[in-house]
Amino acid sequence: MCLAIPGRIVEISSDNKDSATVDVVGVRRKIDLGLLQDDKPVPGDWVLVHVGFAMSKISAEDAAEQMNTLRMLGEIDGAMQEVRGYGLEDVN
Amino acid sequence: MASKEEIGMRFVDEFREPELISKTAEEIRRLADRERHYRMMEVCGGHTHAIYRFGLKDILPENIELIHGPGCPVCVLPMGRIDDGLSIAQQPDVIFAAFGDMMRVPGTLGSPLEHKARGMDVRIVYSPSDALKLARLNPDRHVMFFAIGFETTAPSTALTIMRAKAEGLRNFSVFCNHVTIIPAIRAILDSPDMRLDAFIGPGHVSTVIGCRPYEWIAQNERKPIVVSGFEPLDMLQSIVMLLHQLKAGEAKVENQYKRVVPWEGNRAALKAMAEVFELRPYFEWRGLGFISQSALRVNAKYAEWDAEQRFAVPGIRVTDPKAAQCGEVLKGVLKPHQCKLFGRECTPEHPMGALMVSSEGSCAAYYNYEHRKAAMVSLSSMA
Repeated sequence: MCLAIPGRIVEISSDNKDSATVDVVGVRRKIDLGLLQDDKPVPGDWVLVHVGFAMSKISAEDAAEQMNTLRMLGEIDGAMQEVRGYGLEDVN
Repeated sequence: MASKEEIGMRFVDEFREPELISKTAEEIRRLADRERHYRMMEVCGGHTHAIYRFGLKDILPENIELIHGPGCPVCVLPMGRIDDGLSIAQQPDVIFAAFGDMMRVPGTLGSPLEHKARGMDVRIVYSPSDALKLARLNPDRHVMFFAIGFETTAPSTALTIMRAKAEGLRNFSVFCNHVTIIPAIRAILDSPDMRLDAFIGPGHVSTVIGCRPYEWIAQNERKPIVVSGFEPLDMLQSIVMLLHQLKAGEAKVENQYKRVVPWEGNRAALKAMAEVFELRPYFEWRGLGFISQSALRVNAKYAEWDAEQRFAVPGIRVTDPKAAQCGEVLKGVLKPHQCKLFGRECTPEHPMGALMVSSEGSCAAYYNYEHRKAAMVSLSSMA
């Protein structure tokens, strides 16, 4: 639950500026940008995602490092499961 | 038989910049006064997990002792709150939604997962906004989101409640168990059996609250604190920064994790929390007891989305099994393996206390890494 998962903003929704599609190593899901009101990311930016909300903007280099940290912590599977779960894709 | 150092370094070798890690470990050895015993608390459960996973203890000198703090939200939640949440979900047409971490946490009559097996409608969600989506998809049911977490997670719950209100979605509520880190640190510092030299400050909580809220620890308590990242190099560098301060007799708040943590925190996130939540006069923490102004509840403006205001809550209080010493472990007075139940009655497969449930709990982390490693070493020494 306390995972911070790096993702790249692919697209901001045209009908809701607080909703964006994020790419996490090939998996694309909708996340909420509402907690980055003061510093809105744009497509191409990297963010740390926590429970479906972008928490902070980070550099591409830090994103790669964060992914490595998750891998070393043995938390990649958990992180990918979390990301795939966003939007209730896994819930009947 | 592999020496202690070799075991530690084997983990470290897999990292980027292994040379820099070795150099930093050397610097720690140089800075640490041999005559002195250092007790440093890592506040965050993510750090606890990382310390065990990376075998950091094996590359630190023996006189630097890391004490595991209260920063695992699942671990500090009293069992009565789980019972309360489940009792709401016993009512007809209620869906119990929670993060996966909550599913195996035992209540008096079993975990949420065991309640699901007995017919309760229990759903895992990965985001509070997905609990909201469940409410949209089930207009004739009520979805109760069992919210846990420190300031990292609380803003997401707050924003979700704001969205529910804006949408006029009335079949959704939050059972709020959000807690705040600062009062817990204060309670630990006030505890008479606790002696600490310094703090490794939480990383992701600080992305929200920033570094300023820690200033009293430095100014009033005269303890250095360094907000730290989660890589081995981050944590070793934070320990170097703490040792420099201790050596100079200083007590400051420093930020090692600047690449992610802004000094002022995340204003939008703090604003969302202030809009929706208010401080509870007091809240019970597992192992630490009642701590005043240490938890959040939904305020009157959003009462309709507060499960505690909408439903009758029994307010169950459950004391932990007498033999379990979760409190002493949580305060760092005992090491996990010094608890009478550790590794026997209480294991990650059958947790008695919450510190064994979450991978960020110090008992589970100790069991998964140290305990198994010790077993491996003793096997290899027999061969």
